[in-house]
Amino acid sequence: MDFSLSEERRILRDTAARFIRDSYPIRLRHASTASEPGFSRAMWSQFAELGLIGALLPASVGGYGGAGEDLTVVMEEIGRGLVVEPFLATAVLGAGLIAEAGSDAQKTMLAEVIAGTQLLTFAHGEPEGRYSLAEICTAAVRSGKGWTLTGRKAVVANGDSADMLIVSARVSGAPTDENGLALFLLDPSLPGIARRGYASVDGGRAAEIELDGVTVGDAALIGPPGGACPVIERTIGRGVLALCAEALGAMETCRDMTIDYLRTRTQFGAPLGTFQALQHRMVDLCLEIEQARSIVILAAGKLEAPRAERERTLSAAKNLVGRVGRLVAEETIQLHGGIAMTWEYALPHYAKRLTMIDHQLGDADHHLERFIAFSSTA
Amino acid sequence: MDMNFTAAEIAFRDEVRAFLKNALPNWLSAKVKSGKRLKKQDRETWHAALNDRGWLASAWPVEHGGPGWTPVQKHIFEGECVAAGAPGIVPFGLAMFAPVLIKFGSDRQKAYYLPRILSGEDWWCQGYSEPGAGSDLASLKTRAIRDGDHYVVNGQKTWTTLGHYANRMFCLVKTDTRVKPQDGISFLLVDMESPGVTVRPIVTLDGEHEVNEVFLDNVRVPVRNLVGEENKGWTYAKYLLTHERTGIAGVAFAKQGMAHLKRVAQDQKKDGRPLAHDPLFAARMAQVEIDLMAMETFNLRVVSAAAAGGAPGVESSLLKIKGTVIRQEITDLLRRAVGPYALPFTPEAFEEGYNQAPIGPDYAGPVASAYFNMRKLSIYGGSNEIQKNIVAKQMLRL
Repeated sequence: MDFSLSEERRILRDTAARFIRDSYPIRLRHASTASEPGFSRAMWSQFAELGLIGALLPASVGGYGGAGEDLTVVMEEIGRGLVVEPFLATAVLGAGLIAEAGSDAQKTMLAEVIAGTQLLTFAHGEPEGRYSLAEICTAAVRSGKGWTLTGRKAVVANGDSADMLIVSARVSGAPTDENGLALFLLDPSLPGIARRGYASVDGGRAAEIELDGVTVGDAALIGPPGGACPVIERTIGRGVLALCAEALGAMETCRDMTIDYLRTRTQFGAPLGTFQALQHRMVDLCLEIEQARSIVILAAGKLEAPRAERERTLSAAKNLVGRVGRLVAEETIQLHGGIAMTWEYALPHYAKRLTMIDHQLGDADHHLERFIAFSSTA
Repeated sequence: MDMNFTAAEIAFRDEVRAFLKNALPNWLSAKVKSGKRLKKQDRETWHAALNDRGWLASAWPVEHGGPGWTPVQKHIFEGECVAAGAPGIVPFGLAMFAPVLIKFGSDRQKAYYLPRILSGEDWWCQGYSEPGAGSDLASLKTRAIRDGDHYVVNGQKTWTTLGHYANRMFCLVKTDTRVKPQDGISFLLVDMESPGVTVRPIVTLDGEHEVNEVFLDNVRVPVRNLVGEENKGWTYAKYLLTHERTGIAGVAFAKQGMAHLKRVAQDQKKDGRPLAHDPLFAARMAQVEIDLMAMETFNLRVVSAAAAGGAPGVESSLLKIKGTVIRQEITDLLRRAVGPYALPFTPEAFEEGYNQAPIGPDYAGPVASAYFNMRKLSIYGGSNEIQKNIVAKQMLRL
């Protein structure tokens, strides 16, 4: 049993941490979110140069890692720095799907992803589907030698700026069937695709994507049509782990900022941290954050486990991180007081990101239900 | 990072399992698993079996009769014992007094007392808390006044667990009242058979007798029974708080409780189907199970750090808090799981040899009493609020 990081991963973590600390001040982040496309392409290139994108992908597609721990090491630092560049959309979900099921021709695109010149996203969720993995109504109908896609995709992370879209669609079956799903790689400039981009409350970007009779050939298919569900599940699982690790980094930053504040802010002639009512709440947070770190470690170790064990652990992690994330967001604002209600102060931006992570790839309730379902088969 | 046990650790686990299979009598594990009351003799039987194997004093150094285990081995051993239904090792002599004696006692004291703990000749109890000194332990009032080569001790100790079995008590006494409370405390060993020692039972809220009050009325204690230096007792008492506490989370107990809860929830019916399939109850159980999964990994992180030579600091306090809260939640769910059959109060059924049919399912009998009994977890060993004070002090450094 050994919970220490390997030398390679320590270097990876330190590289990411140092760069973000030195070159990613929050005012730069605010400037990026206020401009198009809601993040900095230049910054994205720098992340690529540092190897942080490649670290999330396996050697088989030209990456330098791709294991659970590579994901958590990088994403923790992304969370600590409140990074808005599209790690989740491009590197974890988009590139993850292609690495998992793409054709050799499609995989060549990943070199550009790793180099930071190609942005991807996974357009999966739908307006009526909430967090369901398989509830897909977007239809892909055989037409001649190709496919015609019609449907609507909801709150697609960085869907407004992605160079290529990966769209899930149904080729057969009822709207909630696990069988009958397919993945298509689409150029967003194709006729029939309309994107409405918008800012998200945590400083990110997303889009509603309308597909109105979009026609593509077989070459656009990622994997066999009808059998995409396992690929989607595994990739979303990687996304869940990435979000949990990102949340952990954000939680620890909130914790450290709050401890500093309790030590320095005085009221009634004494530092806030001398008041027991506040001390105990701070300790509760630290304890729950240790729980979150523990379950992220556990989940990272199960990323390659058999399905039920893997999914059960990932859902356990997302449930716990969802609960603790809310607690940390609410409590660190409360422990700070009025200052944390201002846009100028960094903490509330972390709190917003933490809270919104629970709205991505399934919230605490969704994952509690999944945990129960997979527990009976694990 | 590698969360698996090494081959050597797995071999050790198998060795422990084989030992438990042979050395733990079925009647005894059945008694433990069904929540029957344990007699003094039951506990002594188990201690003796462990001592024969050299595994009784898991936290002692080899030269004093410990097995020389790593923190990971200790963790494995404790987990396997709980899973097999072994009685808990009575900690007062073995895990609480002995480490203090080994660290601060004289050679003569070690040579005399340590073998008697292993052999079971001495049964120790702890004389810390007093009616006026609970969480504020340093405010204790029991007075020891030097009189030639004796101390004369007067005062009252309380919450003395299994004190009615003990022939010896290690206690904290006041030897100097002119200094600040922590600086006037000494660590003294009292023979329970001395004139002036009276033990009276305290019946707890579940109707059980486990704890006692101990009255000390002009008890003469030889000066050679002082451990370490006079007025340094607080340091010795605190030593225990930072050492040998990797088992503090009670992960094995929580896992066993969770498994039991799941079996009960499968057996209980709601609307004609197992309670375990009721979405509300399933959600409550799952929430606790997820917390337990996280805590188990948290505990392993601390055990593994201890194995690498790190001394757990605030982590011990955090684990104590989380572990006790989770175990209390499990007893709460067990109580709810049996529904109306939580109500019957049949303490006679916990006695060995009781052979009447149970009222309701056999597992329902002890659950409400256990729920109430387990409220103690967040109170004893430094209440969870005291643990939070300790963590806050370290963390905020104010």
